[in-house]
Amino acid sequence: MSVIVATDSTFALEVLESPLPVVVDFWAEWCAPCKQLAPILEELSDTYDGRVKFVSVNTEDNLQTMADNDIRSLPTVYVFSGGQLLESFIGAVPKSKLRAVLDSL
Amino acid sequence: MTDRDLIIIGSGPAGLTSAIYSARAGLNPLVLTGTLSAGGALMTTTEVENFPGFPSGIQGPELMDHMMEQAKKFGATLITEDATNLELTSEINKVTDSSGTTYNATSVILAMGSAYRKLGLYDETRLAGRGVSWCATCDGFFFRDKNIAVIGGGDSAVEEALFLSRFASTVTIVHRRDQLRASLIMQQRAGANAKIRFEWNSEVSAITGETSVEGVTLTDTVTGDTRHLDVEGVFVAIGHEPRNELVASQLTMTDGGYVVVDDPGTATSIPGVFACGDLVDYTYRQAITAAGSGCRAALDAQNYLASLH
Repeated sequence: MSVIVATDSTFALEVLESPLPVVVDFWAEWCAPCKQLAPILEELSDTYDGRVKFVSVNTEDNLQTMADNDIRSLPTVYVFSGGQLLESFIGAVPKSKLRAVLDSL
Repeated sequence: MTDRDLIIIGSGPAGLTSAIYSARAGLNPLVLTGTLSAGGALMTTTEVENFPGFPSGIQGPELMDHMMEQAKKFGATLITEDATNLELTSEINKVTDSSGTTYNATSVILAMGSAYRKLGLYDETRLAGRGVSWCATCDGFFFRDKNIAVIGGGDSAVEEALFLSRFASTVTIVHRRDQLRASLIMQQRAGANAKIRFEWNSEVSAITGETSVEGVTLTDTVTGDTRHLDVEGVFVAIGHEPRNELVASQLTMTDGGYVVVDDPGTATSIPGVFACGDLVDYTYRQAITAAGSGCRAALDAQNYLASLH
């Protein structure tokens, strides 16, 4: 499974109402570390296929979702389960750390 | 295949230049690029104006993309994993990565570079991502029409301040001395920018705000007086420290935490282990000097491997 794009109008459906746990990647075009993180999340979305959903949000185009989630630093990665925020990573999150969280779900 | 002649750890200008040279020499190097540190420090810079060969400048990430492409072209294998453990024993060096794979390497080039230095304040961790940032290009957008403080006085602090001045209403450079350490051209640009102000002889002793940054407390380095500055963003640019945690207990290090090499060579205290770039260099710390030392490390590793056969 690949990373699904969510927008202001689909965030609730794709993330908050998802039956699977969701990893949300808040990113923007100008953010270089975001570009380094993207392929890692793409890879993990294959590893956790069927168990965890991966969603990306372009913060620049989705200001409401950015504000609702109080995003003030990029990249930010949130892990939701049952509509609740379980874990947040602000800035660089190494692959091994994210794996550890996902394995504990 | 987990046995390798050469493993390179890091993928900034030092690591990738060593990859280009060693791949071209047929050493088939494996490069652990790092998961988030891939491309090194230049990935979070904007315009690089002083790298020879690019008269109109080049974006840092683009320059690193070119280097990666060049390394791959000659047959280097790049994998996006972090090195998580190193056992440097000369004969067989064991390198474990973040996927749990352990490699045996006859020679290793260490090019982990440096990481942002932190102020070391509790508030800094408490408010990270809540107004405290280390990456102006990532987070400047969130501070449109706000007042920002940039901590530091070197080139990177001034570069951050200039970048942030595009968004912010004011940018205050807080520096503990009475003049900038930045190069003259950067000082002139900062001085000419109407949005940039200065707080001289000042150290940040606290960052205030419950859930997000509301200001900083400054302590005067001369008089010891404290004063408050209202800002909603704090960008920390007080330099870098070598990423030495995997090797500090195994190699001879300087007091400052840099790996000691037989300069101008790159050999460390363990035969077959070479080091280059910001992990070694506490003086120059430029993309081009890192690239130069990466080249030397590749040639040194090549000679070392040849001497074994």
